Amino acid sequence: MSIEQVVGLYNYWIVVFLMMTGFYIVIARTNLIKSIIGLNIFQTSVFLLYITMGRINGGTAPIIPAVVADAHAHAHPADAHATDGPAGHSLHETADELIYSNPLPSVLMLTAIVVGIATTALALALIVRIREEYGTVEEDEILELDRYS
Amino acid sequence: MSDHLPILLIVLPLIAAPLCVLVGNRKVAYVVALAAAWCTFAIALTLITQVTRSGPIHYNIGDWAPPYGIEYVVDSFSGFVMLFVAGIGALVLSYAPPSIKAEIPQSKHYLFYATYMLCMTGLLGICATGDLFNVFVFLEISSLSSYALISLGRSRRAPLAALQYLILGSIGATFILIGIGLLYQMTGTLNMADIASRLDTHHGPRTMLVSFAFLTVGLCIKMAVFPLHRWLPGAYTYAPSVVTCFIAATSTKVSVYAFARVVFGIFTPDFAFEQLSLNTGLMILALIGIFGTSITAIFQDNVKRMLAFSSVAQIGYMLLGISMANQSGLTAGIIHMFNHALIKGGLFMVAGCFALRLGSVNLSDWQGAGRTMPWTSFAWVVGGLGLIGVPLTAGFVSKWLLLTAAVQSELWPVAVLMLLSSLLALVYIWRVVESLYFAETSQRAADAVDAPLQMLVPTYILIGAILVFGVWTTYPFDLASEAASTLLGAPTP
Repeated sequence: MSIEQVVGLYNYWIVVFLMMTGFYIVIARTNLIKSIIGLNIFQTSVFLLYITMGRINGGTAPIIPAVVADAHAHAHPADAHATDGPAGHSLHETADELIYSNPLPSVLMLTAIVVGIATTALALALIVRIREEYGTVEEDEILELDRYS
Repeated sequence: MSDHLPILLIVLPLIAAPLCVLVGNRKVAYVVALAAAWCTFAIALTLITQVTRSGPIHYNIGDWAPPYGIEYVVDSFSGFVMLFVAGIGALVLSYAPPSIKAEIPQSKHYLFYATYMLCMTGLLGICATGDLFNVFVFLEISSLSSYALISLGRSRRAPLAALQYLILGSIGATFILIGIGLLYQMTGTLNMADIASRLDTHHGPRTMLVSFAFLTVGLCIKMAVFPLHRWLPGAYTYAPSVVTCFIAATSTKVSVYAFARVVFGIFTPDFAFEQLSLNTGLMILALIGIFGTSITAIFQDNVKRMLAFSSVAQIGYMLLGISMANQSGLTAGIIHMFNHALIKGGLFMVAGCFALRLGSVNLSDWQGAGRTMPWTSFAWVVGGLGLIGVPLTAGFVSKWLLLTAAVQSELWPVAVLMLLSSLLALVYIWRVVESLYFAETSQRAADAVDAPLQMLVPTYILIGAILVFGVWTTYPFDLASEAASTLLGAPTP
């Protein structure tokens, strides 16, 4: 693997770095709030993974350009052949030259973001209840309290 | 109308959930939830009859053709799992009111029913869908609602148990999401059948290996396979009794279902078992899990915790069946999913009855309850016999099938270890039976009476089902063997 390849994959390096950071925080931290923050970082790295895979260099949003759309809207079905002159030809070329990015991964991530928010909200609500019961959000202190109760 | 049954199965409980919140009255909410649950069961029953009569049902949502739109597939495997999930869901809900009255503050009852319906939606959705991303979404619907349900428990440890489950469960779900993403990157599609046809399992890129690893580990967390089962005992012990009944009977089984779908439906057993030898790994983990957790179960004083450890062991039996990857092994694994759902659901319902009358699930408080609560105690005996695998109970059928499958595959050590592990189940079930019938009557048990009929009747229906399916074995066996052959056969186009 040459240096260019390694650098060229920078987006994936970011994803892996965030993923491992988040995962480590979840495992290593005993403070419940910090664990949840780690979980959030972990989930966010996956959002980036999806979004980056749908992106193509020079790709645009998958919307038909206004020029092409207009030409289609105004072209009468009867004189469809008439527009196939020089002007029509260039239109086809514009349409063919366009590269679209894949919108689906981004759309999937909308759902995943919602799931992530729901998870965080629920986790924080649980932590509020835990703090009401135990008076602390440190997991080792909570386990200690449980042992002697 | 009947064409739309696959989607109605999901939509009905999904609509019932916000309806329960909107009415805001616990009695009306209960009626709504109960009606939705039993209708869902009726739909599941109709679907499975249709499937056995005329083959798998494919339903395109919004009439979009499969690779582009989301497709729901009901075949004999998913139909079978849906059937018992919906059935147990409805039965547990019928059993619920007296128990939750004692365990959950009344002001929260309507919210409980709403969350319960959401959990059911998620579990049924995982079975119904043929779209991989949809599996993730439904998995999260069911998981999030079960975290909330578990945190409703009376004990102050309930929120902590729920949070521990939430952290592990979310890691699992994110792993699954990564796996799905990598699969999508390779194939450009999310439809399971379509992915399977586009994936070259022999000369594929390494991405395939990575995505398989993520999916397997993620699903193993959700299934509570031995080293990843740490969330389960706490969650089952501190959740309200009703929640434990439902989640213990259905949730891990549905994850096993999803796992079988991913291994057999997408990656093919050839890739997973021949090239990667996942089966050896699974088999070893399953056996260690069966022994480790069964022995731990013996030393528990809290009956719910004991049953929770036993659940982890039983997941091991299902995985044993799956890891054999042949017709007889898979049939045994699938039938054990069904039988164990009945048995563990039934036993947790009995534990719920005791918890209601004795106010405790500690074995020392249960002593001598056999004399004051004869019906409830007898249900425990029958359910326990099923768990051990005594002939004429459903547990015997699945263990017998597993044993013959192991012998056929010439896995002698596995067969011997399975027999030995059944003895461990005998020990922990017997401990409870002994305290119930032969011990000095405890203070609490002395003035207890049998559980109310509303709880006893559903309990006995489930316990009765253990006996019925222990004798009338053809129905679940035919379904399971057909499901096994669909899994092993070429993926349906």
